[in-house]
Amino acid sequence: MSEVTLTVNGREVTRDVEDRTLLVHLLREHLGLTGTHVGCDTSQCGACTIHMNGKAVKSCGLLAVQADGSDIVTIEGLANGDTLHPMQAAFRENHGLQCGFCTPGMIMMAVDIVNRHPGGLDEQTIRKELEGNICRCTGYHNIVKAVAAAADEMSGVAMAAE
Amino acid sequence: MGIEGIGARVLRKEDRRFITGKGRYTDDIVERDMTHGVFVRSPHAHAKVLSMDTAAAEAMPGVIGVVTGQQLIDGAVGNIICGWMIYSKDGSPMKAAPWKVMDPEVVRHVGQPVALVVAETRAQAADAAEKIVIEYEELPALTDFSKAMDDGAPQVHEDVPNNLICDWQLGEEAATDEALATAAHVIELDLEQNRLVPNAIEPRAAIASYNEAEDHFTLNSTSQNPHVARLVLSAFYNIAPEHKLRVIAPDVGGGFGSKIYIYPEEITCLWAAKHLGRPIKWVADRTESFMTDAHGRDHVTKAKLGLDADHKFIGLKVETTANIGAYMSLFSSATPTYLYACLLAGQYTTPNIYCNVKLVYSHTTPVDAYRGAGRPEATFVVERMVEAAARQLGVSPAELRRKNFISEFPYQTPVLMNYDKADLHGLLDKGLAAIDYDGFAQRKAAAAARGKLRGIGFSCYIEACGLAPSKAVGQLGGGVGQWESAEVRVNPVGTIELLTGSHSHGQGHETTFAQVIAERFGLPTDNVQIVHGDTDKVQFGMGTYGSRSGPVGMGAIAKALDKIEAKAKKLAGHLLEADENDIVIEGGELKVAGTDKKLAWHEMTLGAYTAHNIPDDMEPGLSEKAFYDPANFTFPAGTFICEVEIDPNTGVTQVVKFVAVDDFGVIVNPNIVEGQVHGGLAQGIGQALFEACHYDDAGQLLTASYMDYCMPRADDLPNFALDHIETPNPNNPLGVKGCGEAGAIGAPAAVMNAVTDALGTEDITMPATPEKVWRAIQANRPAMAAE
Repeated sequence: MSEVTLTVNGREVTRDVEDRTLLVHLLREHLGLTGTHVGCDTSQCGACTIHMNGKAVKSCGLLAVQADGSDIVTIEGLANGDTLHPMQAAFRENHGLQCGFCTPGMIMMAVDIVNRHPGGLDEQTIRKELEGNICRCTGYHNIVKAVAAAADEMSGVAMAAE
Repeated sequence: MGIEGIGARVLRKEDRRFITGKGRYTDDIVERDMTHGVFVRSPHAHAKVLSMDTAAAEAMPGVIGVVTGQQLIDGAVGNIICGWMIYSKDGSPMKAAPWKVMDPEVVRHVGQPVALVVAETRAQAADAAEKIVIEYEELPALTDFSKAMDDGAPQVHEDVPNNLICDWQLGEEAATDEALATAAHVIELDLEQNRLVPNAIEPRAAIASYNEAEDHFTLNSTSQNPHVARLVLSAFYNIAPEHKLRVIAPDVGGGFGSKIYIYPEEITCLWAAKHLGRPIKWVADRTESFMTDAHGRDHVTKAKLGLDADHKFIGLKVETTANIGAYMSLFSSATPTYLYACLLAGQYTTPNIYCNVKLVYSHTTPVDAYRGAGRPEATFVVERMVEAAARQLGVSPAELRRKNFISEFPYQTPVLMNYDKADLHGLLDKGLAAIDYDGFAQRKAAAAARGKLRGIGFSCYIEACGLAPSKAVGQLGGGVGQWESAEVRVNPVGTIELLTGSHSHGQGHETTFAQVIAERFGLPTDNVQIVHGDTDKVQFGMGTYGSRSGPVGMGAIAKALDKIEAKAKKLAGHLLEADENDIVIEGGELKVAGTDKKLAWHEMTLGAYTAHNIPDDMEPGLSEKAFYDPANFTFPAGTFICEVEIDPNTGVTQVVKFVAVDDFGVIVNPNIVEGQVHGGLAQGIGQALFEACHYDDAGQLLTASYMDYCMPRADDLPNFALDHIETPNPNNPLGVKGCGEAGAIGAPAAVMNAVTDALGTEDITMPATPEKVWRAIQANRPAMAAE
């Protein structure tokens, strides 16, 4: 067993976990944050994507102990109170989700994509960047639209804040 | 249409919980005292189980118990059923061998469960599962199902000689042979339907619990049809009578058919929950999903199409072998027979059609209905044949189709179906315009200048969905009725709960079903709550598959609303001292036509519940229920046109244009319908270019993870160009036809017609991977050089 201390959605938490515990299981089972999903065993589907120290990572591909001391944001921590993050709003407005299972990982990845491309995003870049996230419902058409719309919105927000 | 009524692009009501991480899927649920189950599975495709020693596993830390197949048999748990009886052409019934929940003696596919280990944690259960010692005697396995009927082939079940379950036929063989004999042209193709794995992103999961004090079970499960699950768990598997078993399907992360069925895992967990006295959670990992979720498709087919001198189709003969896998799953007999052969007329007036299907066992995972279920297979045969005919005759594929289109409706096909209404020419016209068909030659030349091979392919599909008139289904051998139920509960304050037997696992029913009510009464959709997926709340329902929730599920809602409307008008007439026939309901008000007399909706509903002033012959309250059994199948139709570009150096195929023009009848919410088409197209393109399930000769599943099975990614797919024609369904209360499967049904043929057009050969199978495409190009090189 190891003690892990990390900040999750702005709250510092400490838990004793088995050494083999994956970060996704710490989030889901120890902290009750079930918005982060598990869709495969090989780190391919991306349903478990979260932000660790500001970057998107697959939380099934890390041990909880590797995340010790890190700052984690999950889908539950993305909105600002009742105000949705522009990416969350864009997924809804563009019908970018159906069953919703891949959606949290997809949204967390999409935010990261936009953050990494401050100069803007074209459709091809969005499609390429989404390679690590699998959706079986939408055919990606509306997800791509949602990411593009949110990218515009987020750059607008960023400019307004400057 | 109001702002939230039928036809409006209402944003989904269910989305907020999914985008904020508040969805509640089976694996998100925790029960008090819950334990975790891990299944031990066969590593062999075919073997005798000589012995099993569970003692070491039972002694492992945290282990609560081990359940074996023999315990289930001793506990009188029934065998897993196939729900549709079909007959061979000699009149004998299909030979369905017993499917024991966990066969203690023989294993017949890799991944077949042989024991369940239950422990305090999942990791402990997994550790203990490795301590179970099983001695197997390996036996020869049959995985190449085209050889299933050969003498000397390994036998999957003793009582099914040559692995032949059923030698089924439909249509007139002699007349079809005669037509082909007299045909001016006969087109022949050998076609393969690649085996697919449905791959809902949420793996199957179950939480089984037993309340000893009440002698009552609860199953939370990733089900598309919780009532059907309860019915078979009660009637066939002897878990508990229906009133002692509650099945809940909470948020479910996609299904595509694979979550229709009741599998060994759910049955075992329920039995074990009582036996061990603790709730048990089981969640499949992805490899388990690959090994045990019912697979799809998997046919080999020989087809002949005869045309007369005027290029009219005069006969179609189709001979198919369908792989059923190791056991007959619930709809496995219907999918490659009635759901397949009945669609072989396609959009055409072909007068003579004959189809023979041989259903065979193999040592592979059971195969059953997957998005489209039989209709993608039929469409692929018809549309590949028609395209090949056009090429061989040197005529336009569009004009050959047009020449043979059915243009008068209703139309009785030679293969049972009676098409009610469609505008096939209209669909084709729109498709040709949308793709800019006339500009293709120029685009092909431009691609050639860039070193790319460009091809174009059509697929003009018609399908049957909205299963189905119960009487017809019963006559064809179906074991259940195919109606749907709805209950509309209007509260005293006027808000509404709609209880439906349909189940939403991505389809957006919480929005579209509310729109149907908004349309009827002019109420905001926020005043409507949809209740589904719980056998304690909804009395009965058949669930969601076969694109049936629109045409059948909404049909039931419309019928229940008729009853609410009638009672509401009668009460309003009474309260307003007017004739009930003069009452109109709009904008949330009940008005006396031609006057300024009116009641707000909530004044009427409150009146129904106070019952202080209702007609003497009226019961208090306002709640109505309806069962709706459709009069016919529904027949969505469409034209898909695909353009691909192939890089001859790498064999990589890129879908560069895809046009889909569909007729789904009345569209309730265009956003959601378009989303359904997008997803279906992705799965159809996936089948054509990427996805294939492979077994080796020993029966090992080589594609058992996302490392090995190619799921379409965002950069594999194009932007889709969609359009619609609305021909209201004349047999449906709302005019809807269903839209869930069309994309998957029509797309494979369109893509493969484009690929074969680009390559100049018909000789390539799905999926057209870069390797296969490259090899096809190399094989054709000498011929090209010689030209």
